[in-house]
Amino acid sequence: MPDISAWFNDLLSGNLIFTPTTMGYYWTGLVTTTQLVFLSLVIGLVLAVPLAIMRSSRRKWISLPVYVYTYVFRGTPLLVQLYIIYYGVVFFDGIQQSFLWPIFREAFYPALIAFTLNTAAYTTEIFRGAIKSTPKGEIEAARAYGMSQSLMMRRIIIPSAFRRALPAYGNEVIFMLHASAIASVVTLMDLTGAARYVYSRFYTPFEPFLFVALIYLCLTFAILFFFRFLEKKLLAHLKPQTL
Amino acid sequence: MLDLQGYGPRLIEGAGVTVQLAVLSLLLAIALGLLTATAKMSRSWLLHGIATAYTTLIRGVPDLVLMMLLFYGGQIGVNAISDILYYDFEIDLYINFNAFAAGVLTIGFIFGAYMGETFRGAFMAVDNGQVEAGRAYGMSNALVFRRIRFPQMMRHALPGLSNNWMVLLKTTALVSVIGLTDMVRVAAEASRATHEPFVFLIPVAVAYLLIASVSEWIFARLQKRYDIGFGEH
Repeated sequence: MPDISAWFNDLLSGNLIFTPTTMGYYWTGLVTTTQLVFLSLVIGLVLAVPLAIMRSSRRKWISLPVYVYTYVFRGTPLLVQLYIIYYGVVFFDGIQQSFLWPIFREAFYPALIAFTLNTAAYTTEIFRGAIKSTPKGEIEAARAYGMSQSLMMRRIIIPSAFRRALPAYGNEVIFMLHASAIASVVTLMDLTGAARYVYSRFYTPFEPFLFVALIYLCLTFAILFFFRFLEKKLLAHLKPQTL
Repeated sequence: MLDLQGYGPRLIEGAGVTVQLAVLSLLLAIALGLLTATAKMSRSWLLHGIATAYTTLIRGVPDLVLMMLLFYGGQIGVNAISDILYYDFEIDLYINFNAFAAGVLTIGFIFGAYMGETFRGAFMAVDNGQVEAGRAYGMSNALVFRRIRFPQMMRHALPGLSNNWMVLLKTTALVSVIGLTDMVRVAAEASRATHEPFVFLIPVAVAYLLIASVSEWIFARLQKRYDIGFGEH
């Protein structure tokens, strides 16, 4: 196959777009995207668990504020939330003088805050659904054992709700990965930002955008398989038993 | 009172663009979704394969990337076509790849994949006996679809449809990035020009919530309409 390898060499040597330099941009973009998505998901998850417990409280003054929060953040586009935080962060009194300013001057942190608040709102609703659908028998059994409200929450309701929330949460993770493409709008060099940069340098839309689309596709499938594996492990007791 | 500093009319115009874009892409998405669902249920492996590839690929790539690919790539594609027309057929035609059309096409194309999944589930929920009864009455395939499958399918599809619509509505904000003047773009421009982001962006957020509440009400009424004959829910 000499002509094929010659053709391939020719393709790479004459290639102006897939060069080590542009590969460097994509790599930086991949790192930024991963950091943003991972951090916002972790912080969002930590926020969402107490919020979901508050949201499923019977006391109105506890559940209502959380409901308003999730309603607003799920009802408005992430782009608008990002703009409000990105342009609005300077309006907090004294932030430009404080030690936080070097952090908030970068686009990364406003984006991280916007993504975290957004994913926390969605995750709260996912968990609330899972908490609400806890089988009555489990709660009754816990009561019969004389468990207190908090012990029951910790040992019975939360672990079983986590498992039931898993498939929906997997979707939320993929949604977050795709939503993170918006970060490129506020000058962040994430994967999409890298593609936009390469596009504007070379005026070739197909190579950069198809390339990052492929990377996003691989990431999506990786997340999908990871959650399928988790479901298999954690939900094994719910599978139909074969004797 | 809210001082919009002369941006008020443009914001309202932008809201109009948002609504038009959302409704048109919803129609396209429903049409594509019905086609995809039919293809997925067909016995032909080719149609099934194409539909599966379409829904998998679209759902694996961010909306914004697809939008940019279509918008920036679309202009180049259109230019190539008009070049061919000019050099080979001597037809001098300049087609401007319009941002609005690109927005409708991309959003409709993306949500067609989601709608396809929704409709497939809904079609499968319709009792087969109903379709057989329609055939026994001598109805043609099209008539069976219009009078029996579609109305009964909608009952099952509406919850998913309304979900998709809410996501679609929020996705329209992305067109502001590819240069369409919807309300988000107007508000972002105004924020940059006046350094008062909250004055412009918060009304836009409220407008989205308003559209969402109105459509929630419409979907509740539609659900009632399609639930006729199935008792209270």
